Order: sequence, then structure tokens, then C-alpha cells
Amino acid sequence: MDETRLALDGNAMAGILEELFVSDVTAARGACATCGSIAQVGAQHLYMYPSSPGAVLRCAACESVLMVVVHAKERIRFALQGLTWIEIQGTATT
Amino acid sequence: MAGAAVQRRLSWRVGEVAELVDETPRVRSLVMSVQDWPGHLAGQHVDVRLTADDGYQTQRSYSIASPPDIAGRVAVTVERIDDGEVSPFLAGEVQVGDMLEFRGPIGGYFVWDVAAGGPLFLVAGGSGVCPLMAMLRHRAARASTVPTRLLYSARSLDDVIYRDELDRLAAAADGLEVSYTLTRAQPVEWNGYRRRVDRAMLEEVAWPPWEQALTFVCGPTPLVESVAEALVQLGHDAARIKTERFGPTGG
Amino acid sequence: MRLVTRGFKGRPRDASVSDRLPPGQYLVRDFPVLSAGPTPHTPLSEWTFSINGEVDEAKRWTWAEFRDLPSETITRDLHCVTKWSKLDTTWEGVSVDTLLAGVVSAADYVMAFCDGGYTTNLPLEDLTGGKAWIAFAYDGQPLEPEHGGPARLLVPHLYLWKSAKWVRGLQLMNDDAPGFWETYGYHMYGDPWQEQRYSGD
Repeated sequence: MDETRLALDGNAMAGILEELFVSDVTAARGACATCGSIAQVGAQHLYMYPSSPGAVLRCAACESVLMVVVHAKERIRFALQGLTWIEIQGTATT
Repeated sequence: MAGAAVQRRLSWRVGEVAELVDETPRVRSLVMSVQDWPGHLAGQHVDVRLTADDGYQTQRSYSIASPPDIAGRVAVTVERIDDGEVSPFLAGEVQVGDMLEFRGPIGGYFVWDVAAGGPLFLVAGGSGVCPLMAMLRHRAARASTVPTRLLYSARSLDDVIYRDELDRLAAAADGLEVSYTLTRAQPVEWNGYRRRVDRAMLEEVAWPPWEQALTFVCGPTPLVESVAEALVQLGHDAARIKTERFGPTGG
Repeated sequence: MRLVTRGFKGRPRDASVSDRLPPGQYLVRDFPVLSAGPTPHTPLSEWTFSINGEVDEAKRWTWAEFRDLPSETITRDLHCVTKWSKLDTTWEGVSVDTLLAGVVSAADYVMAFCDGGYTTNLPLEDLTGGKAWIAFAYDGQPLEPEHGGPARLLVPHLYLWKSAKWVRGLQLMNDDAPGFWETYGYHMYGDPWQEQRYSGD
């Protein structure tokens, strides 16, 4: 079976997001700039990553791109263009 | 908690493999002893990074299977994927005493601790049981009686991970009930479910919607999607359903 | 800190294993599926392929018109930026030269655009001279949706992200401009033999 077929969710890009935000982002809520739906990052649809260095996170409701993160060559490029806002509350780590 | 204030940034650290546990013919747990581990929440995961001697690196995520209640311990459970790059190594070559590089704990969405209360409904597909097991182990370590139901879908009884421990936890009669559905092969006297998780099964096993249970669903994407959707159709509050999709990501 | 993991080898990476593997690639026998979004399902009755942008006259084909064009069967190696390579893959498609025949343009660059919004940029000369196809069959079968069906761009001499799945047309441009992955840090050109994976390579 082709192992790369199964799409993951925002939980699988938690580590790389924490490199930018310092704290966990998967529990953060974000508003989709296209359809307005609000949901936690961990529940959104993740494409490509970690099979590829580029992560495409899409809105679970309308599949529009919320963010793109490319981690290659010791640098990470973040594009958060599909989110109207993202809201982080405290930290979940003990 | 000691260490937590110092390590605010997610950084790579090293754990020593202290124990190996063969859970099923294809699944092995690696128990690491970790210095200055700041603790974690049940449901969080770690990123494990492997480096070959020519510098080639690759990385995989694994749920932490051990509860936060055992200090300095991080256990991961690895299913060996045929032709995988990493899993045959972790679940076959790594020995006690080896050092593994990893970072964590990671994740704040798919987490539970006893303070969050219940009732709790846990749905596992295959190796999706791993983060849920951390939750059950944490629940037991705190002697919690939060009413909890686990519905665990596996191919066969031999593929059920943590089987003996789940039987023991369920036998403790402290509010935990475990149901299995075996989708490919069942023992001769099997009285349990023998099909993929579907709406009818969920209607029988899940808490009634009015109980406002916290639900965690983890497993392959098709199972996670269909279970979450069926629960919402049965009247459960989508905001109280957390999902984590597991996918083989290259082995 | 770089800890070498005792006993870990990873996939075979020795390029001297085969001179057909560009640097950093390993061989696969299956055909991995990686997509930046959900698989589109445009009905063939609505599918069109266009050539537009910096052209005197835009062109468009329906599926039936497209399939009436002369096509060819080719066998090529594929190289993905995620490091897998698959050798001797067989495709059937319409050469981009055929589609560009009669198109009048002074443009030097092309942006391929696709269902689902994916785009990728290429120099026009990398799409001509028998180097590129709009492929509609793989391994003797109609191209499956997850691999880009009904039709995808195929430009085997560049990394596979340039072989845009679900392609719907080529927009000719006077100046180079980054497509989807190029905007987010992938190399503008993408030659696997020079390991041009990311910008700055």
C-alpha cells in the first residue's frame, strides 16, 4: 500500500510550528480567511508534510490553504496567508 | 516542575533506551530514560531524529505511550511497516543502551489529563491506540474513576497492542470499559464486534450525547473521519471531539 | 549536537549505485502520491486546456479536441524533490510542441495552472523541443486522479513538482514569476542533476 497516500492533520506539524511560535499551536484556534470557519489547528487537513519539507495546511471545512510552511536548508519559511487570525492561549506543556 | 522553566524552546535532546517490550509480532515499545524531562500531557508526541554516519537525517513522530506520572520516562510504541525506512530500524535494530535523539513534548490539541474530567470516550484504530493508552495509564496512575469507554478496532486479537494491560485495567472495575472490534480475523468463541467501526456500533458503545463526553479518536484517516462524522450525526457535540490522524509517512 | 544513531542506515543513497540517479536520490519501485491539496474531480465534459497570457491569440481545447491531437508514448525517469526516483516510467501524452504549434508569442516563461489552484513556473524553452507533454495515460492506463488525471504536465528533466498534476493550461509570461512551491522557497528552475531543490541551491 502506498504509505504516502494518507493525509494527516495539524497535529503532525506541531513540532515545526513550535519552532516559530515557541509554544504549541495545535490547540490554537484559527479563522479561515476564505469561509470564515473557526477550528483548532490540530483538526485541520495537512498535506505533504512530513513526507516532504513543505507543509500545506488546509481548512477542514472548505479545503482552502490556511498556511504553508517549508522547512529546508536550515531555514523555515512560514506563510500564514489563509488565516484571518490565529489565537494562542497559554501553554499546554506542564 | 524541575526543568520546565529552563527549556521553554523545543530543543533536541537525547534519551537512553532502557527497555524494549514486544507488544505484538509487529509492534515494539521503546522505553527511554530521559534526564531533565520536563514532563508531558497524555496525548502529546515526540519527534525522533535519526542520523546516519554520513550525516543523512530523517525524522518521525511518535505518540508518547507512557503516562506523565512516571518521571523521566518517555516510551514510544512503533509498528514495523514493511519496507519502511525507520520503523524496521526502531522496532528491530535498536538495543537497550542505545541513545536516541528526539524533541518534545509536542502538541496541545489532542491531550487529556484527569483535571479535564469526563466521561471519556476513546476510539482507536490500530496503532492509534498509543496516545489513548497514555491517557488510560495516566488515569490509572491517578486512581481516577472518570467513567471511560475505549472502543479499539484491530485486525485480529494478535494485533491488539497492550492487550494484557488493557484486560487488567478493565478488570479493575474502576469505571473503565473496553470493547474491541476485530475486523479481519476473530477467535472461534469471539462474542465481540467483527466489523469496521460504523454508526450502529458507535450508537451502542458511545456514551449518550447528553453525557457530554470528551471524545478522542485516533487512527488511520478514513476511520477518524467516519467516526467523527458519525458521532456528530448521532448528536454529539463536535467541539468535544478531538481527532488525530495517523498515517504511515514513509515507514 | 549531531548524534549519530548507532546502526541506522536509511534508504540506499549511494549515487554510484546507478548513474541514472541524480545526487541525493534513492530508487523506489512503487509510485508515491504527494499532493498539496485534495484531488480535484473535474468532469471531462467541463475540462478544457488553454494557452493564454502573452500570446497573440489564446487557444483552448475541449477533452475531445485534446484527445484528437497526435500523441506519443514515452519512457522517462522521474525525480521527486522528496528524494525518491522512479526509473523507466511509461506515459502517453500530447507533446507541448504540438499544443504550441502556431502560437505567436515573444514570451520566455510559462506558468502552468491547474484545478485546485496549483501553479508552477518554467522557462518556455524547457517545455519545447520534445521535453514536455500533457500526459493522459500512465503505464498503459488512463491517468488516475491521484496521479494527476485526467491530464498532467510532464517535464521529466526537472524535479517532479514542475510536472503539475491536474493541469488546465499554460500562461505565457514575459518575465519569470514564482509558482506555488517556488513562492514558498523551492528553486525557481529545479534541475535534479544540479540538486536545485530550494532557492539558493
